[in-house]
Amino acid sequence: MMELKEIQRLEGHTDKVWSLAWNPTTGHAGIPLVFASCSGDKTVRIWEQNLSSGLWACTAVLDETHTRTVRSCAWSPSGKLLATASFDATTAIWENVGGDFECVSTLEGHENEVKCVSWNAAGTLLATCSRDKSVWIWEVLPGNEFECVSVLQGHSQDVKMVKWHPTEDILFSCSYDNSVKVWADEGDSDDWQCVQTLGEPNNGHTSTVWALSFNVSGDKMVTCSDDLTLKVWETESVGTQSGGGFAPWTHLCTLSGYHDRTIFSVHWSREGIFASGAADNAIRLFVDDNESQVGGPLYKLLLKKEKAHDMDINSVQWSPGEKPVLASASDDGTIKVWELTSY
Amino acid sequence: MTLGLINANPVVHAKKERIARSDDPHADDAILDLALTNFVRDIRDPEHPYSLEQLSVLSEESITVDDKLGRILITFTPTVQHCSMATVIGLCLRVKLKHYFPPHFKVDIKVSPGSHADEESVNKQLNDKERVAAALENPNLRQLVDECLYSNEL
Repeated sequence: MMELKEIQRLEGHTDKVWSLAWNPTTGHAGIPLVFASCSGDKTVRIWEQNLSSGLWACTAVLDETHTRTVRSCAWSPSGKLLATASFDATTAIWENVGGDFECVSTLEGHENEVKCVSWNAAGTLLATCSRDKSVWIWEVLPGNEFECVSVLQGHSQDVKMVKWHPTEDILFSCSYDNSVKVWADEGDSDDWQCVQTLGEPNNGHTSTVWALSFNVSGDKMVTCSDDLTLKVWETESVGTQSGGGFAPWTHLCTLSGYHDRTIFSVHWSREGIFASGAADNAIRLFVDDNESQVGGPLYKLLLKKEKAHDMDINSVQWSPGEKPVLASASDDGTIKVWELTSY
Repeated sequence: MTLGLINANPVVHAKKERIARSDDPHADDAILDLALTNFVRDIRDPEHPYSLEQLSVLSEESITVDDKLGRILITFTPTVQHCSMATVIGLCLRVKLKHYFPPHFKVDIKVSPGSHADEESVNKQLNDKERVAAALENPNLRQLVDECLYSNEL
């Protein structure tokens, strides 16, 4: 039997904790695990693990920059930069200078709240999305400068999340319009286009899509929604196409009946387990159903952690490192760190 | 002579208080419903100098509490079918109730079925907590909500 065991409960934020992000360069070769969290208290906190105790402590508070809720945070692949998206309509870029974080750039342009920010795998592109229904793509220039190379219109409502594919420069966006849109550069000079829409007509969600996550090889994706379902999608094997065009995504299965309220977050681990965080205060883990008969369910519930938090869970993220832990962020103002154990 | 009654035929008004029967399996919920209705009925309408109760936006049947599951459902009737104030009323209800319940309680707010031209769209917006949080950070909207909640002009 598997169990999700609480390692630590982290306090410090004075309002909802909306999102958290692990620094991808930590957790290896004796480097302590580090993550950032962001909150309705307008701050970002940096948490670092003490290697001897195995517990996290807050090592920095990034404040007095954003004037409203910080909704999302994302580390660059190099781990040197942290991007934060805020309801103040800006995205701030922070650089880690000897343990101190300095705001080195502020990206403006969105008409209202910025909901999410995401780096591509190479760290050369940054995407942001907003309630203004648009998705912006920024090119990362030398000297911590950022140039907007494309403003993508296509969603008919609030865009909740953007996420780059783990290996290809393909961007995915989730929206209040119930769809996921797939964007690719169709030319050689930043001609970004919507190449596919995963909406209700092709087995898509029937309410707001809040988040998505890829498996380790990038050929499967899981999406979560206000319609209380998780959907898994797949594409033809990524990376083996030689100079070919975009490979479309198809619906694989829908996991319904497990969640009582809105699912705000989903994250797929390198080990193949995906975690969901929901408004029923529970964390659920799902895994491949190897024993499934032909035509049977493809994924099964591994476990459900009831009352993981006192309130809605807004973000669940598996850490990097040899033995990943799971962190969760909640409306109760806390972050919890969990490990998956067997007993 | 025999003295007669001054008014032999008085009009007796029924008591308005509901007393829950002790054998009612939902007695506790019923009491909660009523206390909660009393708590929110004096919210002022955003556009008129009357309470939501006076305008029949809210009534005793508006609120359902499931204490065991920790679920609250509030249904309200906007004064006009195309009422653009529906979202403001929803915000007022959320702010008013924010500290009334233990944090694990879940509040859903809906417009009464058939009462609004954009019912489905309004209900979706009323219950998107991220948009609610963002709206409450808008100073103009926040001021309007505070006026509805804290006005003593009724």
